[in-house]
Amino acid sequence: MQSSLIFGNLTLDAIPFHNPIVMGAVGGGAAVGFLLFCFITYKKLWGYLWDEWFTSVDHKRIGIMYIIVAVVMMLRGFADAMMMRTHQAIAMGASAGYLPAEHYSQIFSAHGTIMIIFVAMPFFIGLMNYVVPLQIGARDVAYPFLNSVSFWLTVASALLMMVSLGIGDFSQAGWTGYPPLTGKEASPGVGVDYWIWGIQLGGVGTLVTGINFFVTILRMRAPGMSMMKIPVFTWTILITTVLIMLSFPVLTVTLALLTLDRYLDFHFFTNALGGNQMMFINLFWIWGHPEVYIVVLPAFGIFSEVVSTFSHKRLFGYASMVYASIAIAFLSFVVWLHHFFTMGAGANVNAFFGIATMIIAIPTGLKIFNWLFTMYRGRIEFKTPMLWSLGFIVTFSIGGMTGVLLSVPGADFVLHNSEFLVAHFHNMLIPGALFGYFAGYSYWFPKMTGFRLDEKWGVRAFWSWIAGFYLAFMPLYALGFMGMPRRMDHYDNPAWQPYLIVAVLGTFLVAFGIFCQVVQLYVSFRDRKALVDNTGDPWGSHSLEWATTSPPPFYNFAQTPVVDSLDDFAYKKEHGIAYRAQAPFKEIHMPKNTGVGVVMGAITFVFGFAMIWYIWWLAIASLLAMIVAVIYRGSDDHTDYMLSAEEVARVEGGDSVAPSYNHASI
Amino acid sequence: MSSTTLTDHPESDHHLHDATENATFGFWLYLMTDCILFASLFATYAVLYQNTASGPGGPEIFDLPYVFGETMFLLVSAFTNGVAMSFVYKKDRQKAVFWLIVTALLGLGFIVMEVNEFIHLIGEGNGPDRSGFLSAFFGLVGTHGAHVSIGLIWMAVMIGQLLIKGVTPKVSSRLIRLSLFWHFLDIVWVCLFTVVYFFGVA
Repeated sequence: MQSSLIFGNLTLDAIPFHNPIVMGAVGGGAAVGFLLFCFITYKKLWGYLWDEWFTSVDHKRIGIMYIIVAVVMMLRGFADAMMMRTHQAIAMGASAGYLPAEHYSQIFSAHGTIMIIFVAMPFFIGLMNYVVPLQIGARDVAYPFLNSVSFWLTVASALLMMVSLGIGDFSQAGWTGYPPLTGKEASPGVGVDYWIWGIQLGGVGTLVTGINFFVTILRMRAPGMSMMKIPVFTWTILITTVLIMLSFPVLTVTLALLTLDRYLDFHFFTNALGGNQMMFINLFWIWGHPEVYIVVLPAFGIFSEVVSTFSHKRLFGYASMVYASIAIAFLSFVVWLHHFFTMGAGANVNAFFGIATMIIAIPTGLKIFNWLFTMYRGRIEFKTPMLWSLGFIVTFSIGGMTGVLLSVPGADFVLHNSEFLVAHFHNMLIPGALFGYFAGYSYWFPKMTGFRLDEKWGVRAFWSWIAGFYLAFMPLYALGFMGMPRRMDHYDNPAWQPYLIVAVLGTFLVAFGIFCQVVQLYVSFRDRKALVDNTGDPWGSHSLEWATTSPPPFYNFAQTPVVDSLDDFAYKKEHGIAYRAQAPFKEIHMPKNTGVGVVMGAITFVFGFAMIWYIWWLAIASLLAMIVAVIYRGSDDHTDYMLSAEEVARVEGGDSVAPSYNHASI
Repeated sequence: MSSTTLTDHPESDHHLHDATENATFGFWLYLMTDCILFASLFATYAVLYQNTASGPGGPEIFDLPYVFGETMFLLVSAFTNGVAMSFVYKKDRQKAVFWLIVTALLGLGFIVMEVNEFIHLIGEGNGPDRSGFLSAFFGLVGTHGAHVSIGLIWMAVMIGQLLIKGVTPKVSSRLIRLSLFWHFLDIVWVCLFTVVYFFGVA
């Protein structure tokens, strides 16, 4: 690679001018970005965006921004999926498809990385950011500034991911990045480095979020809210934060060791001189397995909230739901080897992990039964959030059963890394995690915006998604049994092709579902007066977030609520004391907006880019800049302000504009 | 807008006490995640320490008296950090600054000795690129050293804050977290010299 002092390894050759697909995507993305830029400038919205959103430390604003990031990244991840499916449908025998092998490899690597790290994580983190402080009667999280930092670190990593499309290329080693393929010898280019830094820097943000919400839930609950009165969604988030705190440091180390191998010629995972590649795989999956529970447990929490609300019944078996979630979290740390039964640990070790994996299906099954028992003899309303939940219950159960099949090591020896496995984990992640987030999105949308989402387009989106899902993934189970491996860019067996054609039809149906969701957003905004939520409680829900206006005032609660029972809002509604007149207002202590989080995100992006391209002076400079930023913020004693009682009264009286002195100077 | 809304309100004692507790609790949690980080590095070392690739192993490169010297620097600095904190609680700025400077100098002594050990090893061809064992050694010990170095930068900043702002509640709160960090690194060092150096020469 050419190298210069100023630009490191970066040259104009890094831009893939010869690749029309990539250039089309880059051109399209740049065009959309440019139009957006022009629109914002024309409407003179930059000041508003900076003051009210980018520098915000308000968990509600940060939550919405996270969800926007997730949705944008989902479009790219889904584009990757469309490309793979359409390519595989035609790449049989004499046809080589339309994607060269090294491009196809980048696509499946990017698809996995984006969907898990940049769609699932930001989506549930966004929902949890918005909802959890409201559900526990708090005004914000424990560390609002760190919340902002976490968000901007996520944006920086997502940006690195996006930039990898147009400048250089991405990893070809899958989202799991096993050495020696990801070592310097086999992958000398920048692709693996983009993958490493994207996940590493985003992972730091996630770890901080985990700590933030753990402290928030434990220490900032409203008086009267004992542990067993915590809403079930918040419980699942609490348990998820424990998983995050325990597993993400392992990921940090794993990626750091690989980084040292690639940059400084260490021998952790090399073939020669004493490296051990199995160590990477063990370390990776010690993080990787808890990670999938991190993305699915919040979805389970959302389903609990939605199913109980739309069955007009209290959740069946609240205590057992809590204990089951704790059991799942604990067990998620003793199953990781099931990701590599075939690596040769021997029958006894495989047996232990196989049995542990089977056991983890039990608390999960318990939850399914509890949801069913919640619905039994309820008065069910088939609104969009409930549809997503019902679709989940049926479809996720199928996926769970295929998981129990895979947990038998003997069976896994046949099915490991086949399309059966691909079908299985999509069968868990899509109905399990993604439908959960969609349910949460449509459930809490009115709280966030003040108007409901259009039902008609929501129903269309749901049915398209679920029918599309079955068409796209059920054939893959058959293909796995027929012997088709995963990540194939070409194959010679004509028997496989019909199944792949069905799969691509499913993908188009899902694409239509996404289209319906985009239309839904437009139609809902257009019809927002008709869809308005004037009560703050459009669904008749049970928990405290619904006791506020839609959207809530920026300080959430003028008076800290006092909690009497589980499902406290429902309890108070039943006893006629829900909307009690407010006592005289007191002043409220609030954190100031600040741009330091944005600056830190920008520095992080520059650092990542510099490290990827070996621009050492820039890497050092950005590291120093980060130290300066940390010291600057760490020496700032005036990060908060007091909101006077008169201000609170004014906002409660209907003036929803936040005080202007909360605008950040930086 | 009335002037009461524009000025920063002086913190009430109760609220700031809460804020310090919140910050300390969160920092403890961060230290526990750091513990997992070091645990992963220890696990890696345990897997790789015998992969010497015909190069030197522990007995050839570990100098126990030298490591004892490093240990003394770090252990005594933990003690002087405790002394400094006792003066912080007594709100005695002068003595707190003095003992923090002593702590920082002792910590610097540790780092100088460790960097010297690394340079010496690399100079004789036993750098991390020599073998899996040496990679694991440099990775584990180096990560600890990096943490100590960050602690030293933090300590310098806090000395500056003490000199400029005095022993304010916020400064004390930050110093509590710094001393937690410092003692944590001391404990990790005890595990480190036991597992790596002691067991290494056995």
